[in-house]
Amino acid sequence: MNEQIDKELDRREFLARAGKAGISIAAAGIASYLLYDSTGPAASIEAQDPVTLPDFSVPQIPAQTMSVVKGYDRAKTVDKAIELLGGIERFVKLGETVAIKPNVAFASPPMLGATTRPELVAEVVRLCYSRAGAKQVYVTDNPINDPASCFALSGIGKAAGQAGAKVILPKDNFFKYTTLTGGKLIRNWPIFYEPFTKIDKLIGIAPVKHHHRSGASMTMKNWYGLLGGRRNIFHQDINTIIAELAMMVKPTLVILDGTQVMMTNGPTGGSISDLRRVDTLIASCDMVAADSYGCGLLGLKVTDLPYLTKAHEAGAGTTDFQSLKPILATVS
Amino acid sequence: MRIVQTRRISQVFFFTLFVWFCIVSTIGDKLWQLRGWPVNWFLQLDPLVAIGTILTTHKLYWPLLWALVVICATIILGRFFCSWVCPFGSIHHFAGFLGNRKKKAAEKIQLNKYRKAQCVKYFVLIVFLFMAAFPSVGATLQAGLLDPIPLVTRSFNLVLLPIADSSVNVTSVAGRFYESAWLIFAIFLTAVLLNLVIPRFYCRFICPLGAFFGVIDRFALWRIGKSQNECVNCRLCEKSCEGGCQPAGNMRVSECVLCFNCLDDCKHELVSYQTRPSLAGEETDPDISRRGFVLSLASGILAVPAVRLGNKLGSNWYHRVIRPPGALGEEQFLQRCIKCGQCMRVCPTNVIQPGGIDGGLENLWTPVLNNRIGSSGCQLNCVACGQVCPTSALRPIKLSEKLGIGEFADRGPIKLGTAFLDRPRCLPWAMDKPCIVCEENCPVSPKAIYTQECFNTVRDGIFTVKKATNDTVETVEDNLPLDKFATGDYYCFIEEGDERTKIVGNTENSIEISPGRQFEKIPAAGSKIQIQVRLQRPHIDIEKCIGCGVCEHECPVSGRKAVRVSAEGETRSTDRTLLLKG
Repeated sequence: MNEQIDKELDRREFLARAGKAGISIAAAGIASYLLYDSTGPAASIEAQDPVTLPDFSVPQIPAQTMSVVKGYDRAKTVDKAIELLGGIERFVKLGETVAIKPNVAFASPPMLGATTRPELVAEVVRLCYSRAGAKQVYVTDNPINDPASCFALSGIGKAAGQAGAKVILPKDNFFKYTTLTGGKLIRNWPIFYEPFTKIDKLIGIAPVKHHHRSGASMTMKNWYGLLGGRRNIFHQDINTIIAELAMMVKPTLVILDGTQVMMTNGPTGGSISDLRRVDTLIASCDMVAADSYGCGLLGLKVTDLPYLTKAHEAGAGTTDFQSLKPILATVS
Repeated sequence: MRIVQTRRISQVFFFTLFVWFCIVSTIGDKLWQLRGWPVNWFLQLDPLVAIGTILTTHKLYWPLLWALVVICATIILGRFFCSWVCPFGSIHHFAGFLGNRKKKAAEKIQLNKYRKAQCVKYFVLIVFLFMAAFPSVGATLQAGLLDPIPLVTRSFNLVLLPIADSSVNVTSVAGRFYESAWLIFAIFLTAVLLNLVIPRFYCRFICPLGAFFGVIDRFALWRIGKSQNECVNCRLCEKSCEGGCQPAGNMRVSECVLCFNCLDDCKHELVSYQTRPSLAGEETDPDISRRGFVLSLASGILAVPAVRLGNKLGSNWYHRVIRPPGALGEEQFLQRCIKCGQCMRVCPTNVIQPGGIDGGLENLWTPVLNNRIGSSGCQLNCVACGQVCPTSALRPIKLSEKLGIGEFADRGPIKLGTAFLDRPRCLPWAMDKPCIVCEENCPVSPKAIYTQECFNTVRDGIFTVKKATNDTVETVEDNLPLDKFATGDYYCFIEEGDERTKIVGNTENSIEISPGRQFEKIPAAGSKIQIQVRLQRPHIDIEKCIGCGVCEHECPVSGRKAVRVSAEGETRSTDRTLLLKG
């Protein structure tokens, strides 16, 4: 120690030290220059790279847009309903990847009708694989209650898995921001996007349910499951959000299950006394038409559900389902 | 194979098993999920859990019979649990090894010498046991605060596992949150880091379970000791002594954790595991002074009434302490809950949280529902928490009991509390905005939340008719906000005639009513119309509400929720009821 203090600084060491000091100062200066921010942070951060949900619809065939099948056995009625529209092959081609979006909102057993019936999901999965030759079928939703519990208790997770489909549960990084062109509410809003990037076709399957705020929850309301973030605030303007969902999502096919209709205490139900047998199942390429038919099963008129007219006016479909000449059939 | 190798294999095995049980405590039927794994096994082996609940309840809850196996084995073999089974002990063992491996033998001998302060753990034990022992002053089971098995269980399940799982999502899809996890982590981290100061610091100075073993191993048939008194006195046998029990000199049997390092380190094979006492002398009793014993005994007896001076079990009970379904009455609950966190770990919605001290010191880390955290309140069709509770502080109820159906129909459903509406924060009540998300999500049938319809005239919502037709009204004013009333929630109210019709659109100076509907009486020019918003205002049916908290979780008023559950009316308590029984 003392030795060093006594020692004069020699030229070599001085130069070395000066060189190191110079490099350090230069590094600090360059770093400051590169990181220099003359404006400070902006007030809010706009979402980067908004995404748009692809269009999954198939070409129209006149008088083959909607079918209504009466019967109690959902596997049979859905088979018939799809067959009447030209068969599953019209919608799903060999080797395609399909997503099915049932209503899995609540952790509730299937018999209570608050969620899409598992046998219905399983049958559509089966059709996609065995009849159409789909490569992969996903079943997915972003439920209200705990997702894993919803898929387990509704029976959909098991039924889909047994039929060979893969269940996708929502993860934080599956949500991307979107802005709906012409939309008032869906602006810079996170949607459940990731599963829909890897598919060719999208099929929505929803039960007919009473819904105290909007009047009825059917195939259009089913897309509420695609909304992320604090989606509950949209209840302040429920009709507009449902109409915008119908504008945002362009499914290949929707299936509306009115075999047992939840007449009261919706959308959760909770008792089989809330359900009524109506024995009707609708398949449609036009979800506005499907829901316009479906509201009749609840004893409602189209004008009782303002979102139907809004969606109609926005061009998402027609409330005048009769103009589509729905194909009627009955299976026993 | 050397005995220390066998010990290491045992430690790795039991530690791995412990971690495995933590991982598989996820509801599901896959191999890595709960199915039938005995995830409470380590807690059941823990004699302190059994003894503690026996002292408070005077009964031995049947799954805790496993502790008898450990007690019997300890009486025969000594403190084998500490160095062969205990996962927390293995962590300390390993951390102490890592932290001190580069030290010289002389330093290690110094580190691992016996210290007088090792008696502190006995005082900790005495305090906890006496807190539990006297029902006359209010028995409470607080051993779980420092009992190593509950401590390590909650540290892994509520802190380490959620952090590790956040990137792989094996145990949960969305990640888990635990409110006071920072404190659990701080204590765990401190305990582990103290190994850098003195190896097995926690085991030697704090661990009440180790203290319990230290008391009961005095009759051990086999014990560590020198097989002859005379030796070269190199003290290498103390170099890696985990218990700090001075095997070279007067052997302290109660401190020995049976690590067997001394057998391995003695170059002359003069230390052995033997039936006779050490020939260098041994001390079987814990080294505690009479004064220390009396002081800790008195502290334990006084601690409970001191803590309860806060009157948290009486009229000052804390309304946010909402217990999971199946919880015993608060006093019986506190006599059984060991704060292990198994219920919080298994809860599929993550709503069960480790409690803080707002509800009193005794509430710390006990299960409390926080409906703001997790994927939804307490799920209607779930009874998972009670099924994993090791001490039945949460009874293993059946779904039929929770829902009040079948054989439990006459008792009605289990209520966790009651939801209260905060009308000044509620959108339809305070701000005239439609909402009723709470009503929609109420899982009870018929719903415990119902609505009453009302029509409120909007601000500056009175207009003068300029001209009207069957389904449109042109107004004198031209300042209507464009399309604002087109949402389907607004109505045109005609004062004369008391007629109300739904609006479907508006411009700045006209409104249009529902297609297919017409005014019964077309309003005359110069008359007034009002624009009204249709509101469904929520009400809570207190007799139906079960306090599940789904409404609170879903309420879009996301700061301080406009509907909140409070523990009044909970089934488990008779003195917190709200309603007269009809």
